[in-house]
Amino acid sequence: MYNDSGEIKKMMIILSKATLENVYAAFVLANGARMEGIEAEVFFTFFGLETIHRRKLKHLHVATVGNPAMHIPTMVGGLPGMESFATSMMKREMKKMDMPDVFEFLCLLKDSGVKLWACKLAMDMFHYKKEDLFEDIDGVITVGDFYNKAQGPGTHILFI
Amino acid sequence: MKKQIGNTTIDVNEEGFMTDFSQWSKDIGEEIAKESSIDLTPRHWQIIDYIQDEYKKEVPLSIRKIGKSGVVDIKEFYVLFPKAPLKTATKIAGVPKPASCI
Repeated sequence: MYNDSGEIKKMMIILSKATLENVYAAFVLANGARMEGIEAEVFFTFFGLETIHRRKLKHLHVATVGNPAMHIPTMVGGLPGMESFATSMMKREMKKMDMPDVFEFLCLLKDSGVKLWACKLAMDMFHYKKEDLFEDIDGVITVGDFYNKAQGPGTHILFI
Repeated sequence: MKKQIGNTTIDVNEEGFMTDFSQWSKDIGEEIAKESSIDLTPRHWQIIDYIQDEYKKEVPLSIRKIGKSGVVDIKEFYVLFPKAPLKTATKIAGVPKPASCI
């Protein structure tokens, strides 16, 4: 009989957004799991797919509108150039902290044994082909496939 | 906390990391490795030497840095020290657990 010790064995992370702060949150959590000996898989869906889109992943931005913690008034955050400005500021700070960029982080995750899955529905919706994606993804899967992979004791599902 | 390894006593924290590097020896490293079911090969020792050098230079360690060290790439690091490689390797090396998120 299964006895739940509370041990985390696997993190299934769903990334549904491609704003930099969400992407980094998902990546740090996935990599951090592997560093602790916990399995990790990331499912990229809806706008999260841009994170593994070969051409788009290099141009992800932070959101300057609708984010009160940025302390930029919404009207100002919407001005042309603000997003690029905030993004370059954030990238500079992250570089100082020795954080890899999105592409290098994807490679780091793969090398650490994180599985990367693209959502089939979102792929169809955005008319993306597998060739459009980062080459090392593990596959294009349905939500049902995702749940099947999540089965087993000690698995946690996290939506970002 | 005190921990008995063979006929030597070492100081460790609650996670089993040594708290006094001067107590470390290769034999102690071998014993800690056995607890993680790792038989140390010359390849493991190259990495442990690198980790100890970085520790002595007070350079903070991270998985990314290990990957860029030229000593080992990340894939092989996970093969040599399965499960939590940075944690296991630093524990064997007798240095503190790196406070790194990447």
